[in-house]
Amino acid sequence: MDALTSLIEGFGTALTPQNLLYAFLGVLLGTAIGVLPGIGPAMTIALLLPLTRGLGVTSALIMFAGIYYGGMYGGSTTSILLNTPGESASVVTAIEGNKMAKAGRAAQALATAAIGSFVAGTIATALLALLAPTVADLAVEVSPADFFAIMLLAFIAVTSVLGSSRVRGLASLGLGLTIGLIGIDATSGQQRLTFGIPELADGIDVIVVAVGLFAVGEALWTAAHLRRKPVEVIPVGNPRMNRADWGRSWKPWLRGTAIGFPFGAIPAGGAEIPTFLSYVTEKRLSKHPEEFGKGAIEGVAGPEATNNASAAGGLVPMLTLGIPTTATAAIMLAAIQSYGIEPGPQLFSKEPELVWGLIASLFIGNTVLLVLNLPLAPLWARLLRIPRAYLYAGILFFSSLGAYAANANTFDLFLLLLIGGLGFMMRRYGLPVLPCIIGVILGPFAEEKLRQALQISNGDIGGLFEPISVVVYCIVALILLWPIVRRFLPRKAIPGVLEEAAHDIEEAHQHSGLTTAVSVERHVGVHPGDHPGDEARKKPDFGEPSGL
Amino acid sequence: MSSAAPGGTREEGRSEYGVALFLGALGLLVIVQAILLPESRIARGPVGPAAVPIVVGGLLVIVAGFLALDVARGGRGEPEGGEDVELTGRSDWRTVLLLAAAFVSNALLIEGLGWPLSGAILFWGCAFALGSRHYIRDAVIALVLSFGSWYLFAFGLGVVLPVGILKGIL
Repeated sequence: MDALTSLIEGFGTALTPQNLLYAFLGVLLGTAIGVLPGIGPAMTIALLLPLTRGLGVTSALIMFAGIYYGGMYGGSTTSILLNTPGESASVVTAIEGNKMAKAGRAAQALATAAIGSFVAGTIATALLALLAPTVADLAVEVSPADFFAIMLLAFIAVTSVLGSSRVRGLASLGLGLTIGLIGIDATSGQQRLTFGIPELADGIDVIVVAVGLFAVGEALWTAAHLRRKPVEVIPVGNPRMNRADWGRSWKPWLRGTAIGFPFGAIPAGGAEIPTFLSYVTEKRLSKHPEEFGKGAIEGVAGPEATNNASAAGGLVPMLTLGIPTTATAAIMLAAIQSYGIEPGPQLFSKEPELVWGLIASLFIGNTVLLVLNLPLAPLWARLLRIPRAYLYAGILFFSSLGAYAANANTFDLFLLLLIGGLGFMMRRYGLPVLPCIIGVILGPFAEEKLRQALQISNGDIGGLFEPISVVVYCIVALILLWPIVRRFLPRKAIPGVLEEAAHDIEEAHQHSGLTTAVSVERHVGVHPGDHPGDEARKKPDFGEPSGL
Repeated sequence: MSSAAPGGTREEGRSEYGVALFLGALGLLVIVQAILLPESRIARGPVGPAAVPIVVGGLLVIVAGFLALDVARGGRGEPEGGEDVELTGRSDWRTVLLLAAAFVSNALLIEGLGWPLSGAILFWGCAFALGSRHYIRDAVIALVLSFGSWYLFAFGLGVVLPVGILKGIL
């Protein structure tokens, strides 16, 4: 098989001692940084990006694969051992995982998360290796008009994630698109939004934007609301599971993989929905539903597997179309671009060594993760006790270092602070960060495709409507008009599981106070008066079409 | 926790209009800047450099309008939580300003003093801003980090960060 031969060649690339070392180093650093409280996978990658600058592109991406998996696993360790999750994808892990940890089963929770991540990551990477070349072949045929439509879909999908306010999502997207506009327009040579500042002529380096939004913004925001009392860290031994734990874990791992991969592969905005779906599914199928909410191992195994599978699924659109759907994928794409490689359907044919080396190192990174993390868990747990002053001082220190090292320009440091301020404002007012970074990275690309499409059609606007793009535009319209469409549907028509997942998301948000503005419609007769804060937090569902 | 979160009261909701205002003003700026773009001689294709900025600016203005409407109807952006975040009480502006000061001083000093010293000032200043009062220990950590990272970048990655006044010593 073609994919198999290529994959074996990829292993040939990745398994050289030097590259193996980078994979190992990547996992180690990724986990160490990712486990630190307040640092999610996206910030981990943004902070470690400068370290790969001195490497060749293949070695850099191999190290990246390790950082990617390490950062994600580190995030779930944090959410199991400290109740408050750092990012939306690990909200679900925290629900059951922390309960398990409190009941003295932290070792089992970490083990099922690690092994589940390994199983799901391996299966999902295999699916990626099988599917991606085919998708890339199909994608080569896709016209600029269709491409533009797909990117528009990605924009709308990341702004309309279940459980968040879409007007705020669109605001964030608009900010990102504006940042993406800055610089010299490639087609006309005109300077846009540079205001005569020469440093802005080449546009703002994506690394500065990513580090500013994710690292500086987060550090400033947390510093303004720093929890002054010491956090409670649950001590942990070496992760292990007994026979019963294995028996209860393996099915959730496989189901989680099946849920996570397709959700990751479609541009639908992140791991939050699939992890909740997995949680609800496991709750329904479990032989011990009474344990849910008190520390059920299925509730950790399923969502953790889903999280990893959806991350691997997210690499399908990133590698084949050049369209990232998660923040981590967006930053990885930026890293690929920084080597002068144009992402898109041609990546597989133009850079086979790089792509297959990356896929092979995903397998390797995943294995290294398992080997490394089972014995090192107690050490990672100790990292959670790092004094907060040093933690956030360190984030700002390494952010400055990375942003300066990228272009050796002081101007970037001021820009970094400015974008960090923007990130602060977005966190304060519930504007999600993901649409912004997607806008920065995809915006210029979408504009290019739009102009190409209209150039082909000689300015005829009808040139934008080709068979594929018409279908995509219908989906976009449906997402935009969903709150209106939904009113005309009988209540039963809405899938029960999704409904329940939406409800659970909202509940979790209320308990953890996490993420963006919530405006999912409330359920009739659900715990009236149970939550005193309900009225204050109730937001009007905001679904009017925005004239796009 | 939720009811005491900033932005929970009607009065504090006013600052949400500031966000709408910011978005609207930014949108107008983008549109005006696009309209003022001079005619290009090398432009190819039917879509000029101004078209997309006008659409993006328009999006910002429209979103600003809807956001203002949402706020007027009682919608509030939910402040982001996190592992170390406690959303009771107001923003601690003193800490944020001190951090910004440490950050800016690094940006101003990096080329003159060199990263090993300016980076150490950055770290020490941030630790101080965040409430650490172990002055000596902080300084030792800061210097180890900044010198260590300078050597790591110089020898490990081949990126030479500014040496500044330590030229000839490092």
